[in-house]
Amino acid sequence: MARVGLVVVSHSRPLAEAAVALARQMLPSAEVAVEVAAGTDDGGLGTDAVAVSAAITAADSGDGVVVLMDLGSAVMSAETALELLDDDVRDRVVLSSAPLVEGLVGAVVVAAGGADRDRVAAEALRGLAPKQAHLDQ
Amino acid sequence: MADSLDVSALEAWVREFARSIAEHKDELTALDSAIGDADHGANMDRGMSAAVAALEASPPADPGALLKQVGMTLVSKVGGASGPLYGTFFLRMAGTLGPDPADDEAFARALRAGLDGVIARGKAEPGDKTMLDALAPACDALDAALAAGEPFGAALRAAAAAAGAGRDATVPLVARKGRASYLGERSAGHQDPGATSTALLLDAAVTALSGSAG
Repeated sequence: MARVGLVVVSHSRPLAEAAVALARQMLPSAEVAVEVAAGTDDGGLGTDAVAVSAAITAADSGDGVVVLMDLGSAVMSAETALELLDDDVRDRVVLSSAPLVEGLVGAVVVAAGGADRDRVAAEALRGLAPKQAHLDQ
Repeated sequence: MADSLDVSALEAWVREFARSIAEHKDELTALDSAIGDADHGANMDRGMSAAVAALEASPPADPGALLKQVGMTLVSKVGGASGPLYGTFFLRMAGTLGPDPADDEAFARALRAGLDGVIARGKAEPGDKTMLDALAPACDALDAALAAGEPFGAALRAAAAAAGAGRDATVPLVARKGRASYLGERSAGHQDPGATSTALLLDAAVTALSGSAG
């Protein structure tokens, strides 16, 4: 059984922590590593590539990490963070274009079930599917 | 022959850029409030102030180490998109310059490596109304002036003039990258904040480095 870690990168620490709480509500007892890298160190809005690389390292148990992010600098900070990692860790990381909230909920559920990294990343990417089906869009 | 671009010359450039960013902080934020999230001046000032503080806390030994330290500080402390963009710029310059003092052509190569880093990181193209619209013409002008045999100071002034012209030319453009792109046509008529701070970076090079290299 794989233990894939997740990282949430957001401009806002409250936004990231609330997304994690929402996702964990599905499986309160599940042991999934979900790390947050969000906000500036003075409590403002912003992202920090060094913090993202530390979060990836913390979430990584050797089976890979899926990184979800909000927009703009979050994406570029996540890409920059990859350059700061050791080669072997970097190769285990997937940066996901999934919607942050919906993608995280799906990813946490399948990661808790022991899915491998590619399966977790695929589940995150189909995060919008239930909402799109419901609204017939 | 003038002095080469050693660690103290490049430190003077970084300090002059930090000073200029602080001086223009409100102007940069005002430009960003028109078409962005109103944080460019504050973000760049936080990042460059942290970069100067790091220089004082642990003075780097050589040009590559200095520019790497500046880059790492910016990717961590700026917060907005200019963090990974300017940070990658300085990290790529650091990787190209290495430990030895640079001559004018090595500096030009490093500047272009920084430009390539900005392009790779931001995926912007010329005319997208970004910092690239000031940085790319500056690199071209620097290369052309050095190829024509201009002294380093004159070549830097040509690069800064090209950056300024590029900055001014962003006014009528419609933004296609960053937060401003959400505004579409409404972004036209405003000068791009990133191109504005990049022009300050080249102006700082004129002030700090014109007497160096050769």
